[in-house]
Amino acid sequence: MADHAVPPTPLEYAPAPESRSIVDLEPSYGLFIDGAFTEGTDGGTFKTVNPATEEVLAEVTEATPADVDLAVAAARRAFRGWSRMPGRERAKYLYRIARIIAERSRELAVLESLDNGKPIKESRDVDVPLVSQWFFYYAGWADKLSYAGAGSNPRPLGVAAQVIPWNFPLLMLSWKIAPALAAGNTVVLKPAETTPLTALLFAEICQQADLPPGVVNIVTGAGDTGQALVSHPDVDKVAFTGSTDVGRSIARAVAGTEKRLTLELGGKAANIVFDDAPMDQAIEGIVSGIFFNQGHVCCAGSRLLVQENVFDEVMERLKRRMATLRVGDPLDKNTDIGAINSREQLQRITELAEVGDAEGAERWSPPCELPSSGFWYAPTVFTGVTQAHRIAREEIFGPVLSVLTFRTPDEAVAKANNTPYGLSAGVWTEKGSRILAMADRLRAGVVWANTFNKFDPASPFGGYKESGYGREGGKQGLAAYLQEGETT
Amino acid sequence: MSRLDVRKTYKLYIGGAFPRSESGHTYEVVDTAGRFLANAAKASRKDARDAVGAARKAFGGWSGRTPYNRGQILYRVAEMIEGRHDQFTADVVAAEGLTKVQASKVVDAAIDRWVWYAGWADKLAQVTGNANQVAGPFFNLSSPEPTGVVAVVAPSDDSLLGLVSVVAPAIVSGNTVVVVTSYDRPLPAITLSEVLATSDLPGGVVNVLTGDSAELGPWLAGHLDVNALDLTGVDDPAVAADLEAEAAVNLKRVLRPSDPDWTADPSISRMSAFLETKTVWHPVGV
Repeated sequence: MADHAVPPTPLEYAPAPESRSIVDLEPSYGLFIDGAFTEGTDGGTFKTVNPATEEVLAEVTEATPADVDLAVAAARRAFRGWSRMPGRERAKYLYRIARIIAERSRELAVLESLDNGKPIKESRDVDVPLVSQWFFYYAGWADKLSYAGAGSNPRPLGVAAQVIPWNFPLLMLSWKIAPALAAGNTVVLKPAETTPLTALLFAEICQQADLPPGVVNIVTGAGDTGQALVSHPDVDKVAFTGSTDVGRSIARAVAGTEKRLTLELGGKAANIVFDDAPMDQAIEGIVSGIFFNQGHVCCAGSRLLVQENVFDEVMERLKRRMATLRVGDPLDKNTDIGAINSREQLQRITELAEVGDAEGAERWSPPCELPSSGFWYAPTVFTGVTQAHRIAREEIFGPVLSVLTFRTPDEAVAKANNTPYGLSAGVWTEKGSRILAMADRLRAGVVWANTFNKFDPASPFGGYKESGYGREGGKQGLAAYLQEGETT
Repeated sequence: MSRLDVRKTYKLYIGGAFPRSESGHTYEVVDTAGRFLANAAKASRKDARDAVGAARKAFGGWSGRTPYNRGQILYRVAEMIEGRHDQFTADVVAAEGLTKVQASKVVDAAIDRWVWYAGWADKLAQVTGNANQVAGPFFNLSSPEPTGVVAVVAPSDDSLLGLVSVVAPAIVSGNTVVVVTSYDRPLPAITLSEVLATSDLPGGVVNVLTGDSAELGPWLAGHLDVNALDLTGVDDPAVAADLEAEAAVNLKRVLRPSDPDWTADPSISRMSAFLETKTVWHPVGV
């Protein structure tokens, strides 16, 4: 392959850091149970760090099974009142929350970037606006449940146990809590152990909104806390977003119970570029497909399938574009790629990329200076990748793109579908009939045509096959929290 | 001198053909009074695997047909059940110990149920899909699609109406099915296989295994090429829990056991249990 030229000196920008003074960090945080912050029953804590600096941000309580008991009990007590409250009243609480999130959006965005490592321009322009929008959208459903597809007299399920990942801490919280509450359920939510802070700020927002105690409970902790929560005998619904392996074990844990289950799991999305693609948009789509949120996206376009005759052109333009990506301080408004969320995740990415080297794929990264402390990974692309390579099969969950080629639409479909996952896919072509034919044949829950990584509360999201079951967003996302009522 | 009846030895229905069980095993089917009715094939693990293979092979073609065409084919099946009304009635009398009048009503209900589902083929997307009004210049449409290969444990008591009520909703949307029939009452299912084989339903869309669901269930639940598991006919909660846990191996969609009133009007829930939602985005005005 030709040695593609890279501009020798990337553009220089003056630093433009967002101030963190808007966030009041407490040295330690308790659990949010029954409307109040409480210390855990055994006093165990863990630290959450800023992945960009390794600075300890706060100490957070490790919830024990006894704490989970208390939280579930609080949710159970609150369920009676919350589920019987007229939908229009529940709606008003959700509207209040949506408004408060919008009012406090800067604070939430800064805290999200501090705790997660994502660039402020993404937390500010993508995550937090969507979070507010999610509550706003589902608020409007609360008094219209009979139109949600669960019969004319739908009822809530009860207490929902919700476990969310670290890649979109606040956004995943809104995906879980907003539909659950609109439908009349109460919730116990466990944020990820590396990113608990915005969930705890959200707990304050619930207080500010005068949400009745117990309707939302937040328990912090790691895998053991999550396991205690999803296997608690008094929860009626389990919702999980995370890895396929953990999803499998949760599916086993709820087997034989009455608990309803939805799972949003991993993916290995094919982003398919045909030779007649609108090339400028396609290059941007490839970049946002894999480098948005450091590639910490379950629906990331991590397998680029390029039609063979435009491979050289695509790679040349992609590399030129990648060379302009700015990696660094998440709070700098010019940053495109922030920090990897944790040391463990950085290690996983590093290991899998080394497997790519070992298996003979060709690695390329733009020249880019990484900060000396914190967790960083340069945007990386592998060419010469085959379907047998692990980097083409396994979810890397980092800014690492694997490129494969194809000649015909049939071959593109076959390669795209050649994975146990089925979460998302991208198609780039100016030919409308080809878009529709490809969209038809791709076994994936979301197909982005001439765009990528778009999310909206009105739009169902979720996977086929081992990417999990159930949908979030839209009326499908609401129906996951409803059961058909007894006929009257 | 009275005429000697011709006794039947039935076979399985896999991929549009009627093979014997690979194991060579059969079992005796008796009526509710214990009188011999027929020999049925006792499906083995290999038969279950063959059935899953046939269902997978048929999936692309069946799911790729137009919903209008699937609706027509299902309706054609209903016509053919109607044509064999007497035979189905005799099967139900023998299997379930009903009177001829009662059994005839069961057959009527099964045909009507099949027709009801046939009509859903080209309406499911209209009822379960939607245009999504997103906050941006995008065309955004969600449509239902079949989940894939569905393994079904049919109800053990209601051998015809129950069977029809679990098979028709799974296939009408484009899924293909491997169904394990009632062990004690397989004859209506076998007759249904004969109907399906001579209707326009492509081979492999429905595969019928007569045999022991306790034996076949774990193999189907653990099979990596099965996408969904319908446990409606599993009577033992502990067995159902094991099968559901096994199904987690590749995150199969699981419909848990239930004991519905098959004579009541169905909802769309049995169809939607085996649907995925696909959402397609495209920019507008760029």
